[in-house]
Amino acid sequence: MSYISPPQDQVKALHDRLLWMAVILCGIVALLVVRLWGLQVWYGDYYHQLSEQNRLRHVPIQAPRGLIYDRAGRLLVTNVPSLNLYVVEEDMSDPSATIAEISRTLGLTEDEVRDRINKRRESAYTPVLIKQGLTLSEAARLETHRLSLSGLKIEVEARRRYLYGPMASHLLGYVGEVTAEQLDAAKDDSLSPGAIIGQSGLESSYDHWLRGRDGMKRVEVDALGHERRVVDAVEPVRGDDLYLTIDMELQRVAEEALGDRAGAVVAVDPNSGDVLAMVSHPSVDPNLLSGNMSTAEWTKLVNDSEHPLTNRVIQGVYPPGSVFKIPVAAAALESHQIRPEDHLFCQGGLQFGRRYFHDWKAGGHGDIAMNDAIAQSCDVYFYRLGSEMGVDTIAKYATEFGLGQPTGIALSSERHGIVPSTDWKVKAMGEPWYPGETLSVAIGQGYVGVTPLQMADLIATVASGGRRYQPHLVKAMQDRDSGRLEAFPPTRLADAAVSAKTFRILRTALTAVVEGEHGTGGAARSKLVSIAGKTGTAQVVGSANAGQVKAPTGFEDHAWFVAFAPVESPEIAIAVLVEHGGHGGSAAAPVAKQMIEHYLRPEPSTPGSAPPGEVTDTKPAKKPMRG
Amino acid sequence: MTVSLPRMISDRRVPTNFDWRLVAATSAILLIGLVSLYSVAGGGTTPIYQRQFYWMLLGWATFGLMTVVDYRVLARYAYVGYGVVMLLLMLVLVVGRSSQGAQRWLSVGGLSIQPSELAKLAVLFVLASYFAERRVVGGYRIAQLTVPMLLVLAPLVLVMKQPDLGTALTLLFLFLAMVAVVGIRSRTLVVGALLFVMLFPFLWQGVWHSLKDYQRARLVTFLDPSADPLGKSYHLMQSKIAIGSGGWFGKGFQEGTQSQLKFLPEAHTDFVFSVLAEEWGFIGAIVVIGLYLTVLLLGMDAAIRARDMLGSLLAVGVVAMIGFNLIINVAMTSGLLPVVGIPLPLMSYGGTAMVVTMTGLGVVMNVRIRRLLLFH
Repeated sequence: MSYISPPQDQVKALHDRLLWMAVILCGIVALLVVRLWGLQVWYGDYYHQLSEQNRLRHVPIQAPRGLIYDRAGRLLVTNVPSLNLYVVEEDMSDPSATIAEISRTLGLTEDEVRDRINKRRESAYTPVLIKQGLTLSEAARLETHRLSLSGLKIEVEARRRYLYGPMASHLLGYVGEVTAEQLDAAKDDSLSPGAIIGQSGLESSYDHWLRGRDGMKRVEVDALGHERRVVDAVEPVRGDDLYLTIDMELQRVAEEALGDRAGAVVAVDPNSGDVLAMVSHPSVDPNLLSGNMSTAEWTKLVNDSEHPLTNRVIQGVYPPGSVFKIPVAAAALESHQIRPEDHLFCQGGLQFGRRYFHDWKAGGHGDIAMNDAIAQSCDVYFYRLGSEMGVDTIAKYATEFGLGQPTGIALSSERHGIVPSTDWKVKAMGEPWYPGETLSVAIGQGYVGVTPLQMADLIATVASGGRRYQPHLVKAMQDRDSGRLEAFPPTRLADAAVSAKTFRILRTALTAVVEGEHGTGGAARSKLVSIAGKTGTAQVVGSANAGQVKAPTGFEDHAWFVAFAPVESPEIAIAVLVEHGGHGGSAAAPVAKQMIEHYLRPEPSTPGSAPPGEVTDTKPAKKPMRG
Repeated sequence: MTVSLPRMISDRRVPTNFDWRLVAATSAILLIGLVSLYSVAGGGTTPIYQRQFYWMLLGWATFGLMTVVDYRVLARYAYVGYGVVMLLLMLVLVVGRSSQGAQRWLSVGGLSIQPSELAKLAVLFVLASYFAERRVVGGYRIAQLTVPMLLVLAPLVLVMKQPDLGTALTLLFLFLAMVAVVGIRSRTLVVGALLFVMLFPFLWQGVWHSLKDYQRARLVTFLDPSADPLGKSYHLMQSKIAIGSGGWFGKGFQEGTQSQLKFLPEAHTDFVFSVLAEEWGFIGAIVVIGLYLTVLLLGMDAAIRARDMLGSLLAVGVVAMIGFNLIINVAMTSGLLPVVGIPLPLMSYGGTAMVVTMTGLGVVMNVRIRRLLLFH
């Protein structure tokens, strides 16, 4: 084989072609250089910025949330370290395998895990909390998979711990991750996605102070989202601690006395408005609520017919029953409708128009004056007063006691309740007031609606002789770092426009309710301390005959008892509501009695070792009692 | 014409015509490549840059071998080599090792070799031999191109089977470049066709931007399913960010955040140019491109001065092979082209490609050395 040298003209043509090729090559390389110049020089800053965004992530540093103490300095709510599992969606190289592993390790279904990941807002780079409080073995197992399953992060973070479990849970509230709505509603930029904030109760009302200010660190991350180093950081500022007006030992007594019955108990100091205890049952342990509940668990709680998430003390509106006779009596005395010594005759009922209004006592109370009418809760006496005064006079004085309006306590979603009047009915229902309806109102039935807190406010007003305070929950707030203590003094409201004489008459009558021979509140009688109170029975089914026959379960009447003690110089005022508890005297009064005896006991005894006999002298009254 | 081995080595033209510029430019590129690999890749029991260094030594050995044995002697074995490579290409489809959806590697001893890279050399020699043996006056007609077309299509189809779109395109381009050298009927057509192919990256941009997203995705998936397993244009964007953020002077050695923090995919293979551009900036990038251009133009120079058609064809073939890969790779990493897996010659990590490229450059040196001795 041999190669022949080409003729000269062909060599020339070949050289031309080769030269052209070299020129074209240079041209294309020049284009590439132009392209690089465009990227690196012309748009260099832009791409540099993008590379910084790639590299740096802003990671919030949770500020330690403020602690909560009771009035005696007992720690109620604290923070404990918790191993939390996060997922960064963008960093998951194999989402289905990762989700499967999480589900295997934590015993959640894959759908639950997906559900949590999908709840995230913001970008796919935002870590999503999957589970709080991993056990060490769960954390270890996930940690071993972390290299093969990217996108998992286990962080040690502070977790809210409610030391008393479900006690005072509605009052304390719970915390949770900020929701999309809360983020949108936030006025400043102090909230960032993923922040843990108070979601109800005091955790929510005082969130601004408890939360502190989150810090922020800029970290360098690699493409898998692993942190390489911290570039810089702004340290968090811890939240303020709260000192509550609550007496946790009293709270415990109230919780235990109410037991597993649905209802509400609230105790206030009539001399300051300090709320000493606030119970709403049923309740849910806020440690669970503050954890990571699944949507299914939430739905179950929200749809629970017992409404465990409702704080009945401020959100439950009930007819006050015979407790309402207190403002009605005050109205009658103040408007000179009757003198205390005037007797009316009770024959067990009253014909009004075409309707016959029963007294709870079939035979009637006979000839009866104010003191006994209150002590024995005579309905006919109050039917008469009511029909003669008219509903608007009742409404005027009920309002003086704070009914029909929010108390202004520092908890959200407080209900107003209803104090009916002729104006109210026209506005609310577009109908005129019928005189017969006044009779129902006079014994606290019909349209009247009150919250347990309003009832406590009412009895505290009676106890203090008309001095009124706004119920308040936080005595002081402390900045732990500087030690600065900010005290919140009581807020005194306008006195009730009711004379001292009337209050004296009322206090005597309310003492007779408990101490008197025929008083309906005998179950609250104590050998240790003088107690005044009033029973009430709120009809669940609005019928004049209700209570005459035993109602089926679920339609039984609600039991009320309001009380204060000691009668001579009151230090505590209490309202107790037991849902479907039947008669106020038997169901609710013992709760108030136990609380009063605990609160006013001369020597503080160790819990659980109270001397028997004396303190637990709560024999039920022999007669069936009716508010 | 037969030559004995001692005679070849003692050929007085070897030391006289030995082109130190080619060696220097190549060495510079190789060194910069190793530095870039050192910057991004540790990995494995033996660091990647170290393994690349050994491959480089092997590359210099084949370069030397290619230099001393007269290319006309080498060309005699073109068809034998072609046959062996065809066998390897078939073998790799049966017993090859897969990685990222493509079956490209044959394990020989402890080494992985890539027969598709060897196919470039085989096609280079077989086409050069074929065209050099024929003398067609006034340019080739289509019918006369049937045999060379079949010669290139046979390995091309096998390579596409793997699939390895990048190598297949390289083979196609090699063929076109050879045809351009020998000439076809209309010279205009030659230039036009060449223009089209070389401007393809830029024309492609126009076509590409006129497509809808899903059409583009489909097209890319159709052409090369292994190119973008993660979907999205994530790789491309990260590469553009890496290059762009380098600015004028770069972020400095081992300071490239995109590559060091692994945002840049395949930083040691297809995207090694992005590493360089990020850490050494525009200045570093044009220095490297200048070095490549030097090598390529020395190759073209060798083709022009070659003593015969075979020499010209071999030299142009090597320039086409390296030039095409360089242009496509830089266009791809800078976002002008979709991601096709074409490595950067001499810099991307890859043993077979390194040896093949060095062999090619050895052939260029060979042609330069044995050019017409006008001054002797």
